[in-house]
Amino acid sequence: MTTLSASSGLNKTVRQHYMGLPQGDKCQVTYIWIGQNGEELRGKTRTLETEPKSIDEIPEWNFCTAHRLSLVQVCYNELFLIPVCMFRDPFTLDPNKLVLCEVLKNGRLPAETNHRMSCKKVMDQVKEHQIWFGMEQEYTLLGMDKHPFGWPQWGFPAPQGHYNSGVGADRAIGRDIMECHYKACLYAGIKICGTNSETMPSQWEFQVGPCEGIEMGDHMWVARFLLHRVCEDFGVLATLDPKPMKGKWSGSGGHMNVSTKQMREEGGLQYIEQAIEKLSKRHKEHIKVYDPHGGQDNMRRLTGENETASINEFTAGVADRAVSVRIPLQVSLDKKGYFEDRRPAANCDPYLVTKAIASTCLLDDVEQTKGT
Amino acid sequence: MNMAFIKAAREHYMSLSQRDKCQVTYIWIDGTGEGLRNKTRTFDTEPQSVEDIPEWNFDGSSTYQSEGSNSDMYLIPVRMFRDPFTCDPNKLVLCEVLRYNRLPAETNHRMSCKKVMDQVKEHGIWFGIEQEYTLLGTDGHPYGWPQKGFPAPQGPYYCSVGTGKAIGRDIVECHYKACLYAGIKIFGTNAEVMPSQWEFQVGPCEGIEMGDELWVARFLLHRVCEDFGVIATLDPKPMKGNWSGSGAHTNVSTKHMREEGGLQYIEQAIDKLSKKHMEHIKVYDPHGGQDNMRRLTGHHETSSINEFSAGVANRAASIRIPRQVGQEKKGYFEDRRPAANCDPYLVTKAIASTCLLDDVEQVKGS
Repeated sequence: MTTLSASSGLNKTVRQHYMGLPQGDKCQVTYIWIGQNGEELRGKTRTLETEPKSIDEIPEWNFCTAHRLSLVQVCYNELFLIPVCMFRDPFTLDPNKLVLCEVLKNGRLPAETNHRMSCKKVMDQVKEHQIWFGMEQEYTLLGMDKHPFGWPQWGFPAPQGHYNSGVGADRAIGRDIMECHYKACLYAGIKICGTNSETMPSQWEFQVGPCEGIEMGDHMWVARFLLHRVCEDFGVLATLDPKPMKGKWSGSGGHMNVSTKQMREEGGLQYIEQAIEKLSKRHKEHIKVYDPHGGQDNMRRLTGENETASINEFTAGVADRAVSVRIPLQVSLDKKGYFEDRRPAANCDPYLVTKAIASTCLLDDVEQTKGT
Repeated sequence: MNMAFIKAAREHYMSLSQRDKCQVTYIWIDGTGEGLRNKTRTFDTEPQSVEDIPEWNFDGSSTYQSEGSNSDMYLIPVRMFRDPFTCDPNKLVLCEVLRYNRLPAETNHRMSCKKVMDQVKEHGIWFGIEQEYTLLGTDGHPYGWPQKGFPAPQGPYYCSVGTGKAIGRDIVECHYKACLYAGIKIFGTNAEVMPSQWEFQVGPCEGIEMGDELWVARFLLHRVCEDFGVIATLDPKPMKGNWSGSGAHTNVSTKHMREEGGLQYIEQAIDKLSKKHMEHIKVYDPHGGQDNMRRLTGHHETSSINEFSAGVANRAASIRIPRQVGQEKKGYFEDRRPAANCDPYLVTKAIASTCLLDDVEQVKGS
């Protein structure tokens, strides 16, 4: 098929031979980081003499970016990779590792798209609340021609309706990728809690959580790396664009489910309602950080149709999927549990989203100002 | 052709017992100074070290190395590695080539490199080379690029992940594993700036080891690519225009440079290198600098071929001192001039000579 990449056609039986070669005591460690545009992921690999037992045994590293200043001038920056979270490598297998890193620039300051550092500050401040997150990551599979994978060339499939959680060759498109990604996440140690096919054909979702505090961002970013890496093997693209197809086709979100210790206990509903009240007063501030372009991407998605709220106003309700924040029906019956913020776009930075939610809901005004 | 079926058939034969016998593949550099050649023989038992491996010979007229009338040339084993293709107990053996009169063949630069490395032994000189290469299809076009066309401009590809950004990763990962198995000191890999361009690093290696390990790592690369049906080119500028070239940046340190206060030794070395720029350029690719003229333009993170420059964290300089080294005042420096298709024996010999031998010794050694 011409919509698959050339790389995916490389002989996987050949690959198996090499992947099965023993490597003695040596360990391959792949460093992963968020790139300059705040959406892309980058990675490179090095050999360590022995298997690291924890993140503390993994040394810092560095890389270089080039920034064009003019036609003749380029500025080179050396940036530092600081390991923060270690996972097993589901591609080259044990003892090899994947290591998520945060990026520092000269002077050990966070790089522009390193939002982990400020997120962690907030999470440390609100530690006693034990804030849990679960994020629903939607994505769409595209061919190399950038048309949704499996759609008629130059055309469209039947309208939405029978695709969500569907089964059958005409309803679930690209299931291999979803299943392989799921297994890869489980092997790696990502807290993946489920998957389903989504409303638009070739659109899928996986959920990561519950994760406490900073863990949400860490696990989600690595889960995204695994997704793109699995897609390389299959020769298709996974896009996190929040509205890949104009018209009557669903967009892709990063719905964020949230609870604190108090919300999870008996009578927790009052704390949920208090949190929603606080969120309602900071709608525009949240929208700004719910996609990498200050809300511009979400303007294409949050139209008030296709199970979204309008971007212009904050709404909340029980069991209502056309609102900004939804309280699940069961939660309203149990009077405790969690709430779902449906506003984040699929391509959001989960560090920024979780930081905003934790700040707004759990820090007072003074603390919020300090933390930004 | 169903390649998967063919490779599955191979598995059957590769797993056949060979009892005590051992297959040893002799590898050497041919008359072009870039190409690698090899042939295999059976031993009755597994050799335990390179000393157990006898000399051999070959027909130099078929490898651009001699005339037909006097074509026998000698293969002298110098380094032994495990064979990642037919696996233990089989071996790969790097050889240097002697002519009929036992003098080094024209492209045998190992011999003179080793002389220099023996002379500077007390300095404990370490090298690490960043070998860049580009994957091509058998049509000569970069692998995975649109047929008769070009991908989106550079930017998204360096250290990338994802379809269409990281092209040919299977080759990189398989080559890495093959090197680890063989015993090559492979340090790491990454996707490079141009799509379908990759890099692996070998080192740190002391002295003559650098050339030995890099040449065998290159053999493994080409051999892995055979299995996948693609080509790895070490051409320093495979695509004209706004596409990055391929280098073999050589990182260097001596014992003094690695110790406290080592920065002064680094600066002294760079000063010496600055005085022999054109002599180094001549040996930094197999064509006296002609190949590098296409790459070292002053654009795409290269310095200009015409002048020597050095700087901290400066990737457009001939020599770069890493920022960390500038801060810690010790460490290593990076010579960014060697082309991807250089002979690492010539590069490391030139650097060791210029930096560590006095003028008299340098003249004797060349």
